[in-house]
Amino acid sequence: MSLPLLSSLDMARFTARGFLRFDGVVPDAINQAFLEEAGSFGAPGGRIRKVYGEALAASSIPEVPAGTPLAQAYPEGSALKALTELPLFQGVVRSLLGADPIFDHHFLHVTLPPAYHQAAGGEAVSQHTHQDSTVDPRLSFDVQVMYYPHEVTRPMGGTRFIPGTHLRKVSEVALGRYQNIRGQQHMVCPAGTLLFLHHGVWHGGGVNHADRTRSMFKIRMRASGRQTRCWDTADLKRPNGQRPIYFIKGAPDPDTVEAILMAPEPWFEQDTGRLEMINRVKLWRYLTEDPDWDVDYWMTRLEGVH
Amino acid sequence: MLPRMKTRQKVLVLYLANSALDAPVIAWAVYDGTGQTLHMAGDDDTPPYATGLDALKDGWRLFQASQLLPHARGEEHDVAYLKYEFFFEQLVEVAP
Repeated sequence: MSLPLLSSLDMARFTARGFLRFDGVVPDAINQAFLEEAGSFGAPGGRIRKVYGEALAASSIPEVPAGTPLAQAYPEGSALKALTELPLFQGVVRSLLGADPIFDHHFLHVTLPPAYHQAAGGEAVSQHTHQDSTVDPRLSFDVQVMYYPHEVTRPMGGTRFIPGTHLRKVSEVALGRYQNIRGQQHMVCPAGTLLFLHHGVWHGGGVNHADRTRSMFKIRMRASGRQTRCWDTADLKRPNGQRPIYFIKGAPDPDTVEAILMAPEPWFEQDTGRLEMINRVKLWRYLTEDPDWDVDYWMTRLEGVH
Repeated sequence: MLPRMKTRQKVLVLYLANSALDAPVIAWAVYDGTGQTLHMAGDDDTPPYATGLDALKDGWRLFQASQLLPHARGEEHDVAYLKYEFFFEQLVEVAP
């Protein structure tokens, strides 16, 4: 079966912003089956950690060892097996990670309504913004998919993430001091939404002010081999020379790899925003296996290649 | 005799687009030592001020600014934490 692979423009968007979002793409039968397999939380009362631990233990979602091939991670007939076999899921993962991705870990993120926190003598607060895992200096990347099996409304909080932060080399929640960042997004979405993230994107769980629990299931995966040029490269064109910079007489076409990679984020600092562009060029060179590719002369100028 | 008022600190942290105090705000945080308000990650998508200077004009007192540091050789293009961090405070009197 041929998979619906990403286009070069999709890959450029992922390279620049670190995410690809697909709203409502998981069939409702899978969403309902997943929620049943995930189980429910007991009534408010007792410590949050204890309530959470009991719910995870009762869930029929399996424990899976890190390093398991993703294709072997979930039992036949389970909702997660069906999810990971969806053509869209497989096409995106194949495009970003190549064939035969490896499972790293998964987790059921549940954000409880205020009543649970009040019963535990605490207060409902959002999760500090963080980058997952630890300082990761690689150019290659893992992918984390966030699966939203039910509708998420704004009062329910939603996952908060900051587009374009994935190339920053930081240490997990060391950046927790940044409460709000211009351009941050909140995952308010219909049931069956998938958010594919570069592992470096800064994110955190939003506080849930609604009266029902919010569930999100995350799976982290890595490549088992080559992860470069694995998308549909039919539209990958090498421009004939560089485009004019600074002195230009009109807005460039936004639907080109060059324009997508050079689009700034609202939170960019004026000087390090330029470093972000350089790091995007480096990642695009890696993905396309083209060590001389450049846009707006960022690398060529520094390398002294004229 | 009137009860003696207590002093508490409110802290505003602004991250600016460059090292100038009149540069645009790109990120922010608020911590309220009076306990009257609770601020947390993701609670506001709009900056409280357009620039750091606007915070000064509104009565916030600047008490710390990040240093400008040279770039380590070999790591000149690495990006990590936000660079232009400014700490402001307001001292607020609260009833004991």
